[in-house]
Amino acid sequence: MKEIIAIIGGGIAGMEAAAQLLKFGHAPIIIEKGERLGGHVARWNRLFPDLTPAGELIERLTEACKEASIFLNTEVSLVNRLRDGYNIVLSNGITISTKYILMTTGFKMFEASKKEEYGYGIYNNVVTNSDLENWFNGNRDERIDSSSMKTIGFVHCVGSRDEKAGNGQCSKVCCITAIKQAIELKEMYPDAQIYCFYMDLRLFGKKFEDFYTKAQRDHGIHFIRGRVSEVSENIDGKLIVKAEDTLLGKPLKVTLDLLVLMSGMTCNPDSSRLASMISLPTDSDRFLKSEDNITHITSSPKKGVFYAGACTGPKTVPETLAEARSAALDIHFKIQES
Amino acid sequence: MNGFGFKLSPSSAINLDKIDRTLFDELCRIEPDALRCMACGSCTATCTASGLSGMSVRKMLLNLQRGKVNETVRMISGCMLCGKCTMVCPRGIKTRRLILTVSRLYKKEEQV
Amino acid sequence: MMREIYPSGFNSFVMPFMLGMLFVLGWCLVGAFRVLLELPKEDRKKLALSFLNPKTMVKNIRDWFFDCLFHVKLWKRNKLLGFMHSSIAFGWFMIILIGHIEVFLYTPERIHRLWYPIFFRFFVAISDSTMEGAFLFFLMDLFLLIILIGILLAIIKRVHSRLFGMRRTTRGSLTDLIGLYALWSIFPLRLLAEGFTADISGGSFLTKSLNGLLHLFYSDPTNALPVWWAYSIALGVFMFVLPFSRYMHIPAEILLIPMRNAGIPIRHSRKGFSRLQVHSCPGCGVCIDACPLSTVPVNVRDTTVYLNRQLKRNNRKRIEEISDKCLLCGKCSAVCPVGVEGDKLRIAHRATREYGISADYSMIDQEGFVKEKGRRVLYFAGCMTHLTPSIKRSLVSILETAGEDYSLMDEDGGICCGRPMLTAGRKDAARQMIQKNTEIIRSSGASVLLLSCPICYRIFKQDYRLEGIEVLHHSEYIDRLISEKKLNISGTGLRYAYHDPCELGRGCGIYEEPRNVVSAAGVLVEGAKKGKESICCGGSLGSLTLTDEQRKRLAENALGNLTADSPDAVVTACPLCKNTFNRYADVPVLDIAEIVAQSSGRNNIKH
Repeated sequence: MKEIIAIIGGGIAGMEAAAQLLKFGHAPIIIEKGERLGGHVARWNRLFPDLTPAGELIERLTEACKEASIFLNTEVSLVNRLRDGYNIVLSNGITISTKYILMTTGFKMFEASKKEEYGYGIYNNVVTNSDLENWFNGNRDERIDSSSMKTIGFVHCVGSRDEKAGNGQCSKVCCITAIKQAIELKEMYPDAQIYCFYMDLRLFGKKFEDFYTKAQRDHGIHFIRGRVSEVSENIDGKLIVKAEDTLLGKPLKVTLDLLVLMSGMTCNPDSSRLASMISLPTDSDRFLKSEDNITHITSSPKKGVFYAGACTGPKTVPETLAEARSAALDIHFKIQES
Repeated sequence: MNGFGFKLSPSSAINLDKIDRTLFDELCRIEPDALRCMACGSCTATCTASGLSGMSVRKMLLNLQRGKVNETVRMISGCMLCGKCTMVCPRGIKTRRLILTVSRLYKKEEQV
Repeated sequence: MMREIYPSGFNSFVMPFMLGMLFVLGWCLVGAFRVLLELPKEDRKKLALSFLNPKTMVKNIRDWFFDCLFHVKLWKRNKLLGFMHSSIAFGWFMIILIGHIEVFLYTPERIHRLWYPIFFRFFVAISDSTMEGAFLFFLMDLFLLIILIGILLAIIKRVHSRLFGMRRTTRGSLTDLIGLYALWSIFPLRLLAEGFTADISGGSFLTKSLNGLLHLFYSDPTNALPVWWAYSIALGVFMFVLPFSRYMHIPAEILLIPMRNAGIPIRHSRKGFSRLQVHSCPGCGVCIDACPLSTVPVNVRDTTVYLNRQLKRNNRKRIEEISDKCLLCGKCSAVCPVGVEGDKLRIAHRATREYGISADYSMIDQEGFVKEKGRRVLYFAGCMTHLTPSIKRSLVSILETAGEDYSLMDEDGGICCGRPMLTAGRKDAARQMIQKNTEIIRSSGASVLLLSCPICYRIFKQDYRLEGIEVLHHSEYIDRLISEKKLNISGTGLRYAYHDPCELGRGCGIYEEPRNVVSAAGVLVEGAKKGKESICCGGSLGSLTLTDEQRKRLAENALGNLTADSPDAVVTACPLCKNTFNRYADVPVLDIAEIVAQSSGRNNIKH
């Protein structure tokens, strides 16, 4: 008989893990609260560092996991611990009995309006990284005015590394995303001046540094070391951004046509809710806590519960996919052992 | 020494072997959060006094760490203690307390 | 019908009482002189003049009566607590008063003997069969009974303070406890002593019945003497510990009331009026429940009652810690039954510090801040409003909608109002800012100064000298626009929980106007604690040492009070409250300017 594995969250981690588990001959069930699979990546346009269309990845993953049972628009109402497994009650009335749960609940984007000083939701031309991707996908956004794109600003670390916002951690991908989006905008508007306001540039991944130098040399994107503190509006409705050029040690002001806020990753409240049902521990950053942060990232301290992707902390796409495969492997071996 | 073709004025160069960090150390004893600054510059950017008097909490802390007390004094005397820096600091540093503590610890007669 | 039992008019048992009495009198006299001498000359003059002012004198007499004897403020807090306290205070006062009347009526030649009114029954026998005698005996017994009920309640309160509306009470010091037990024993001993002598000296329903009871098994009246001794000793002990205990508030408040009514300010942290306030603290602990800090148990020791105790002990380290931690929300001062100003005491303490670096703003040129001069209204957004741009934007849109003739005072940044500096105790620096801003405002030619931040509003209203210029908080201004029909707003039907900002409510007494505005824009709902008792958001600049983590707990507690009734939004009238609440709230947090701009339908106007 095939072993059932409940995968909570149908983002790229859940899809990739389901695909691998199918290959091993098991029966994964994906529970997704949204109306389609793919999570945040499905709403993205292109992925760093090779500008791969996100759609291609989603297409490939959808194809690979299509044999799995998939519940869309479905939430987990309750998880009961049994002696040797779990009972998962779903919002559609179905109950799943399983020995294995894979948490792929991902992250929640920081609500940029919580940082009122940046004017998101107040001024007309302030958008977030995700709004911009949505616009790249061809959707209309009245805040982005193509006819006037002379100066554009990117604010890194919005709600990341910010204890006031309740997120002390670095979101890992915003620096490189800002550079990617800046390059994409520069390609569309070659005459635009683009400023990236950063605290520290954290470009650790493969080819990230190349991307950075490309942005500097080939596209003339300006990098200013200083966190934006306030955004106001002038008489013409343009944005005035105040920061400190910390390298020169001088206060700095610039007038912008568009301001993009790089909203960070925060822990998904759904993860916390589920975690409290089966008493999974959370870490000091409020993300789920792995059994070990080096050797057992995909294992939880609870028997039969596994993690993959951003539910344990901010991750890049390749990291998430690698973790999903690793978690699938862990589950497979656990099934074989028993 | 001046083989590079340019001169550094002796006062502007920092010699970490010789600096006096007493004031900063005392400050950290009272308010250890002084060590948590990541120099993002939010405090200076938002500062009511920065445009008017050059006040900057970030620079104040760096100057003290590098033993440059006089620069610190000049900046602090322009501070209005309005608290905007405290409001925006991503690390939650009690900047007003830092400023008041430095102002108290500093003894005029000891500095020549 | 009067007979003096002891022709000498003296018995050595009165000595403990007399020593205690003289000690207390001497102590209080010296203390009062000390306080008066410590006052600056102008304040002494002010106080002297206030005694000549009939209006102030009437107020003094009223306050002496209602505050010292009846504790009206305690009655308002809790009926049982009020009854407990006034039964003891007023009852005791009446017993002393009637004792004096008796001496005056029957043995006027003994009036100089201080112990006579207290131990009258021991020395003098009166017939209780005459109308006059029976009435006096009855009154004495009645007030003794009232006091005894008060003492009984006080004993119950030690165990069940919640019955008296107090979740937490002060932990007494050693002298407080000695005083307390002495006080508790005074009146039962008096009853016993008078009960013993009631068959000789006369008595009424209480003492006579007790006498009858005592006679059943203890008939020799000469044995009464030890009880009178005990009564006198209890009084003596109470009076000896009084100056070192919370009971010092009894004499101190008598002087506090005229000084308060004369409008004497706190100028020094431990001298003059401050000294008097500290000694007037009854240690009741009403401020403990009121203080927003004490939602976290470890902070209970940082409330005003403990500050006063540390000030008495001159424990500098603790005084400093308590002074710096405080949010200066002013709630302890608002609820204090005797009017100790905990926030001002702390600011005064902060002001005693010496700084090696002093402020200097002389390089700031006051020209160029106001670009358009001669407009009617000058809007000063203030430092905090710059971090909440939606408030500024909404208010500007309201000014536009109302067709107001206005200009901006700090569009590209301005000079801080000085209030944050003042609350840190640095008056000289604040004064420099006040002077600069005054010049800017005066030269702008405006006749109205509009503020959207209560912190600014308070200092502009209370410390600036802006004669001829009306200072308005935006809640007052918008309320006026609505009532003058210059602004049409259509109510949204949304339920708004209004939060009183400390500086606006307790600081400036503005409670009605923002509520009018909220009611016009939606449905006003209120938290259990509101108005004078509203809970500080926790973000106050008043505190110098609270961490973000500590502030978070205060904010969540304050939010819990506001959102208990599940409102659609929390509405406040202060950018700092908004900023703080917004960080932790699950519901939207809006300024009154925002809800008005939304419901007047022109939110998106660009000025």
